[in-house]
Amino acid sequence: MSARRYDTAILGGGIVGASAALNLARSGLSVVLLERGFCGAGASGVNYGGVRRQGRPPEQIPLSLRAHAIWARLQDHIGIDGEYIRSGHLKLARSETEMASLLAYRDRIAGLGLKLELVSGNTLRDRFPMLGSAVVGASYCADDGHANPRLVSPAFARAAAKAGAEIREQTEVTAVERTGNGFMLQAGGDEIRAGYLLNCAGPGAGLATQAFGETVPLSSGYPCLGVTEPLPPLFAFNLGVEGGGVYARQVARGNVVFGGGKGYALDDRNCRPDMKALMQTLQDGTALLPALRQTHVIRFWSGVEAYMPDRNPVLGPSATTPGLLHGFGFSGAGFQIGPAAGAVLADLVRDGRTATPIEAFSIQRFTRTRQMAPAKSYS
Amino acid sequence: MNNLSPVIVGAGPAGIRAAATLIAAGLKPVVVDEAIKAGGQIYRQPPDGFTRPKSSLYGFESRKADRLHHLFEAIRPQIDYRPGTLVWNAGADHLDLMASDGAAASLGFSHLLLATGATDRVQPFDGWLTPGVFTLGAAQIALKFQGSILGPRIAFAGTGPLLYLVAYQYAKAGADVVGVFDTARFADKLAALPGLLHGIGHLAKGMYYVAWLRAHGVPMYGGIVPLRVEGEGRVQGFAWQGGGRTKRVDCDAVAFGLGLRSETQLADLLGCRFAYDDLNRAWLPERSLSGRTSLAHVYLAGDGAGIAGADAAELAGERAALALLEDAGHVADRRRIALLESRLKRIAKFRHGLERAFPLPPADWGGAALADDLVLCRCEAITAGSLRQAARDLGVTELNRLKALTRIGMGRCQGRICGAAATAILAAELQCAPKAVGRLRGQAPVKPLPVVTLGREDAA
Repeated sequence: MSARRYDTAILGGGIVGASAALNLARSGLSVVLLERGFCGAGASGVNYGGVRRQGRPPEQIPLSLRAHAIWARLQDHIGIDGEYIRSGHLKLARSETEMASLLAYRDRIAGLGLKLELVSGNTLRDRFPMLGSAVVGASYCADDGHANPRLVSPAFARAAAKAGAEIREQTEVTAVERTGNGFMLQAGGDEIRAGYLLNCAGPGAGLATQAFGETVPLSSGYPCLGVTEPLPPLFAFNLGVEGGGVYARQVARGNVVFGGGKGYALDDRNCRPDMKALMQTLQDGTALLPALRQTHVIRFWSGVEAYMPDRNPVLGPSATTPGLLHGFGFSGAGFQIGPAAGAVLADLVRDGRTATPIEAFSIQRFTRTRQMAPAKSYS
Repeated sequence: MNNLSPVIVGAGPAGIRAAATLIAAGLKPVVVDEAIKAGGQIYRQPPDGFTRPKSSLYGFESRKADRLHHLFEAIRPQIDYRPGTLVWNAGADHLDLMASDGAAASLGFSHLLLATGATDRVQPFDGWLTPGVFTLGAAQIALKFQGSILGPRIAFAGTGPLLYLVAYQYAKAGADVVGVFDTARFADKLAALPGLLHGIGHLAKGMYYVAWLRAHGVPMYGGIVPLRVEGEGRVQGFAWQGGGRTKRVDCDAVAFGLGLRSETQLADLLGCRFAYDDLNRAWLPERSLSGRTSLAHVYLAGDGAGIAGADAAELAGERAALALLEDAGHVADRRRIALLESRLKRIAKFRHGLERAFPLPPADWGGAALADDLVLCRCEAITAGSLRQAARDLGVTELNRLKALTRIGMGRCQGRICGAAATAILAAELQCAPKAVGRLRGQAPVKPLPVVTLGREDAA
């Protein structure tokens, strides 16, 4: 059969690829999105559901703020509220050293547009009486929050389809190559041609980087997540801990979603939470929220996430191939910024540039490092 | 060979036979069982101090129960027995346990024999969540384990051999059985006769229960459709459709079940290959007649991998243990193996007959016929209508997607109760066979786990 031609082909129906598809389709461009499983069923759909700017490195803040504006009008954007709430994000310190780190972070990102409030002592106890005595202080970001990734991420793909993008699920891409005026793909037995190719394939992003001679230190990570039975309202904020470890949020219907530690792989696409890590998470978590002791866990899970060694995504043009754009490797923190990353990719296709600073996310940073170039600041 | 560390999950007929077989070969298996006393569901033992004789607890099966309990007492000193212990997760080489004192532990194994048994298959219908509605199995547990009857006026509804057995046991124990309401027709039973003749003893017992109930004036109805359980806050009546008419009866409790379903979560977590089984109308881990699975060192026996009953479970337990021993380098007793396998095959023929005699209600009764506002998932309060809406509006074609988007199967039961209904509804929406919508993936923990078990109390 003859190959169909699109302005843009997107590899991967996670929140980044689907957001790009949505933006491009709304700009009137023809888009095909190819997803080997179901849209939003990978890391974008099974992650913890934190929607926070606090804690991100300075170079991610502009992208994160752009995402923040998208989340603000999520219902209009994708057609559902996705259980998104601006509950505040409370990052806890369990020692004076951790408190000092929270202060240092606030200073580091001062002037980037994020309002953080440091609380400790009696103020902390009065405002957050549910916290255990292990907590000595916290940094509060009032407009951060959380959402349900199982609902939000697939809804991006549905909104893209509604806007005219062609979404092909359960379609494995087996080959990609550069042609005279774009790209040719083999996908689910069809040939597809496109002017631009967006590589938003998360842990599967290596297919396109390898095809075009780009070596990136992409690896996979596996979060350990769990959820309790529904409980009476206990805490509204999205809870994190300085230095990582435990994170938790309570959803409207009462369940507490929590996570911490790392799982392990069964194979390329399947993984499991590590029970020892989860026990540690619950041990640490009940010290922070003692009321959790009297509850039951009803489910554990994990998912495959794409990691980069510096925990920053690869976002922007390929270093080798014109028309190829990358958006992967969000390193376990892509849910909040995913919608903006997709918007940036759409900017690059539509306008050839973006107003959002993304230099720090260039794929070339790894090549530079390999060539022993002097360390560069990415900001 | 003494460095083997075989683990058996389940101390019912299959697990006990398997343990005895391994002991006879000089091994010392670990036997982990969720119940506090061995025997499984069918030969469940009452707590200490209860004095009902075995003849009234187990009826025709009392000699078998007695024999199995004695066998267990005999092997008990030679096994590492872990009663009251939940296996809540399974990895490639270890199980995660929660012991009866609430302590979490990890248990390694070289070989694993799963004899996890079965629970009732239920289909939601109007009023099924009314307090006073129990599964047939739960009604039997109340009688066998606690010496209590539910009711006193109780209706038995659904289908399967357990329907008449438990009704008989209740009537004998003094309950007021207001009726036995079988969704299968008498004609189905006649048609199944050739198959049933393979298990002539069972057939005789089944006929005895029916005859006894009839002689004692218990009304019995065939080919009925359960319509609703009546009552607010507690059961006050049961309504059904039969012979083209709608009827009702006053009662205080309803025991309901549509045969049994295998407990397959551990095999699923281990990664055993599953296949759809038309007879059981369920996805089951694949097993050969020897009890071997798609995974080396993992074996299946008993109702946990397809319903075949207690006698088959004993045979399959021994057979799977012999397979384990053979795989571990022991010399196989070919004659014993041939005998066990020929008996298992005979029972399999009888099972085919039974499934024809007690066919599950047509899939559309549990699917298209359910009202939109009927709650299917009692853990998460998810209605039939919300599943249909997801199928229509969100284009869901697969069960795990349905789970992600609606929460069906995400609650405490992880789909063990509601999964069949969700399958029926999605298949009805898509107008496809139930197996075409896939199966819910198992996730740990197999049952809800208290957080105090997992996270130690903080020192503060």
